[in-house]
Amino acid sequence: MPKVPVGRDRLFRGLGKEYTQEEFEDLCFNFGLELDDVATEDDEVIYKIEVAANRYDLLCFEGIVQSLRIFKGLDQIPKYVVCNIPRESMLKIKIKPETALVRPFVVSTVLRDITFDQASYKSFIDLQDMLHQNICRGRTLVAIGTHDLDTIQGPFTYEALPPTEINFVPLKQVKSFRGDELMKFYESDLKLKKFLHIIEKSPVFPVIYDRNRTVLSLPPIINGAHSAISPQTKNVFIECTATDLTKAKIVLNTMVTMFSMYCKRKFEVEPVEVISSDGQSYVYPDLSPYSMEVPLSKITGRIGVSADANQVISLLNRMQLLAEKSVSSGDECSIIVSVPPTRSDVLEACDVAEDFAIAYGFENILAKVSSSTRGGGEQSLSQISNLIRLEFAMSGFSEVLTWILCSYNDITTMLNQKDDNSTSVKISNPRSSDFEVARTTLMPGLLKTVRENNHHPKPIKIFEVGDVVLLNEMNDVGARNRHHLAALYCDDHSGFEV
Amino acid sequence: MAEKAILEQLQSNEEISNSGDFATSTGFDHEEIKNITRSLHGFQLVDAQEIKKEIWELTNEGKLYAEIGSPEFQLFSAVPPEGGISRQELQQKFDPLVYKIGCQAAVKNKWLEMGRQQVLRKIQTVEDSVKDLLLQIKDGQVISSEDINSLKRRKLIELKTWNGYSIRKGPNFSLERKKLVSVFTREHLLSGEWKNLEFKKYNFDANALPPSGGHLHPLLKVRERIRNIFIAMGFKEMQTNNYVESSFWNFDALFQPQQHPARDSHDTFFLKAPSTTLSLPESYLDKVKQVHESGGYGSKGYQYEWKREEAEKNVFRTHTTAVTARVLYSLAQQRPFTPQRYFSIDRVFRNEAVDRTHLAEFHQIEGVICDRGLTLADLMQVLQDFFKKMGMSNLKFKATCNPYTEPSMEIYSYHEGLKKWVEIGNSGMFRPEMLRPMGFPEDVTAIAWGLSLERPTMILYGIDNIRDLFGPKVDLKLIKRNPICKLGM
Repeated sequence: MPKVPVGRDRLFRGLGKEYTQEEFEDLCFNFGLELDDVATEDDEVIYKIEVAANRYDLLCFEGIVQSLRIFKGLDQIPKYVVCNIPRESMLKIKIKPETALVRPFVVSTVLRDITFDQASYKSFIDLQDMLHQNICRGRTLVAIGTHDLDTIQGPFTYEALPPTEINFVPLKQVKSFRGDELMKFYESDLKLKKFLHIIEKSPVFPVIYDRNRTVLSLPPIINGAHSAISPQTKNVFIECTATDLTKAKIVLNTMVTMFSMYCKRKFEVEPVEVISSDGQSYVYPDLSPYSMEVPLSKITGRIGVSADANQVISLLNRMQLLAEKSVSSGDECSIIVSVPPTRSDVLEACDVAEDFAIAYGFENILAKVSSSTRGGGEQSLSQISNLIRLEFAMSGFSEVLTWILCSYNDITTMLNQKDDNSTSVKISNPRSSDFEVARTTLMPGLLKTVRENNHHPKPIKIFEVGDVVLLNEMNDVGARNRHHLAALYCDDHSGFEV
Repeated sequence: MAEKAILEQLQSNEEISNSGDFATSTGFDHEEIKNITRSLHGFQLVDAQEIKKEIWELTNEGKLYAEIGSPEFQLFSAVPPEGGISRQELQQKFDPLVYKIGCQAAVKNKWLEMGRQQVLRKIQTVEDSVKDLLLQIKDGQVISSEDINSLKRRKLIELKTWNGYSIRKGPNFSLERKKLVSVFTREHLLSGEWKNLEFKKYNFDANALPPSGGHLHPLLKVRERIRNIFIAMGFKEMQTNNYVESSFWNFDALFQPQQHPARDSHDTFFLKAPSTTLSLPESYLDKVKQVHESGGYGSKGYQYEWKREEAEKNVFRTHTTAVTARVLYSLAQQRPFTPQRYFSIDRVFRNEAVDRTHLAEFHQIEGVICDRGLTLADLMQVLQDFFKKMGMSNLKFKATCNPYTEPSMEIYSYHEGLKKWVEIGNSGMFRPEMLRPMGFPEDVTAIAWGLSLERPTMILYGIDNIRDLFGPKVDLKLIKRNPICKLGM
């Protein structure tokens, strides 16, 4: 599960409250996050927050703060808008057919009039790393490139050329490199060498150019130095090249939904037109919500609590799922859920049900659960008795099972004991002397066993675990059983240590 | 004999003040007297006090001179009173060492004159004072420290420690020592001797030999307990005896997407041989492929290209949930649908780094209930029942994420000893995308939970390194000495 580092003080400012660590841990627990680690970096306290593997919207500070604020009812769900500009005015990327050989897809968008500060800029870079590690599977499926739009000019082309034909100054360098030279150059680069394998065997490398043949990037390896962004950048051009289009769209949506809050026109994103090699035109990003109609019973029924439509709607809203009652006819009440582009993890009604349950509060569901246990079980005494019998047997003793009833002598004279008349349970009508009393000790049974087994090879090692009966005024009948164990060793010498 | 002598002596006298003197007077060997004294003292028939003395004793050389005279005296005696003797002749009469020492001493004492040819007496008679001194020492007499030093220098005497005892009657004194019997035998009984015998007291504090016999492994004792809990709750044991599993059953059938961190995060062992599964249920596979790629049953699906080759890859199963998938698929084929409860406790394999709490192999406990209309509240209920039987009754649930369940919950229990909430397991409701392709109707739900066997065992038995519990490095002492498993009693 990914762990996202956020500055604690910045986090609490964003949430509008100075939490104690325990209070914050409780908040995380209730929402489904975990405070994994607390560290200090340059006098700043950093919280490492563990988030679900499929929540790309929680991979950065902005996403975590936004989700928690909405969860606590401090904010409404943002309405993300792709600004309405005519197609002709949109920036364009034209895809050349050779890209199909190595990395077929590209999606793109623009964040206009954005204002970064040091913290949000760092967050912007960190989110790209997080996404690269997670959904992008180490850049193999998707690679993100972000550029200073003011340094480049559209229309752009997404091409794939032989490495020797690509030449540019890569990020952090001053001299120009050919594509093949770059592969060699980065072989020793700790960060980049693990991405080389993605394209190095290909006859053509992917590359993005602007109208002046400035190289924006050599995906998935490195961007060009020319279009590098900085905290001062005002207009960001984002391109995601990919081998999996669905994931590229999710990545692009995540980037813009998280950072469009810093644009002058908050939550507004400028579209880019991508023209594929066969002439088909696509406009990105697609921020339209995914609409699901879910019967109310499917939501509450899966969780096992009752709630009416209004309750469900207000709870779902706290989880960034915009919901409203369906106006369609029929007896069954349905909820129409608008899943925002931040929630690509919602696939089916069960995902909606879970969010409802989280907002409802797991502890509140638990409170409705009965505390009495059902099902089979054993008495502790039986359990422990059986375990002890096993241990005896494993130590080399054999089990015997003898009578509860015995003669009066068996528990007195035969054991050199005197009867104090307050211990043994006596039978008033014994058929013979064998049934005079109930045993008060296991000794008679063991000794009689030895007597009857005198022919048996020595040593005789036997044990019995069972009840004896004793008079007892604490019980309603005046007598009770008591569970005893006894063992006996018999040989031609006393053998104290057996 | 010596013992009798000591005891008789003490009978009529207060004490034997010096065991050495006693030995000499009675003619017994002092060592023997000392040994017997110690034994009698041990049984408290006598009370012996140790005496330590430092005395001078004759060396072997000293003993020789005490007998035949010192070298110088011998030499002197060999020189005739009149006329003397030639050196050669004198020398021939003696051992070279005796001659050498004798000449030195005789000259020093001014007894002899050693001419170049002749040796002459300087005085008429002499006394062999060395011999006398040696005899005195042998006799135990005290001599001056000057003489001591000169004899010591000539290595004729040495300082020895002398040990002995002064002996008095002890609390158990009697003229004859009673023998204590430690082992009571048949012969004692038959002969009637037992009436006159005194028995050695049993020492209940002594360590005994452990009884020989077998022992069971603590991990499997806990496993047995947990099996019993499941069976008592009406769960049927799943057949889990297949460690090799295909990715299809281990991942895909569970709606775990290919090419996703969730699949790697298990850190799986992929197989070289057999590298791919020989067969898969084809019509079911088509449904699984479809639900991954484009959804269905009300789901969006993952919208990616599902590859058959990925599903065919064999692994060592990373969880017993793979078996659950097989079992549920089998259940789904039965008409009409019958609700069932299943459990399993068996080995799973993870390609993780081995450390104090992680191994490449461990045991997973899994419980599953499949019925119509199950809810999250039902899951909480059954978890409460189950964990209460394990002795954990204060539970808390936290939302988490599993690819194949939604909702999913981590289960926490309050540990009284550690005074904190501890994660004890994971649970969830299987997704429709998993159940529907198997053929279950829409209203059939399945809830499940899992935990490791090792963790509760380590907590129960106070073991903090998993390799001390499981594997060949486990100390056999642990196997032989671990207590019975009282989980939940």
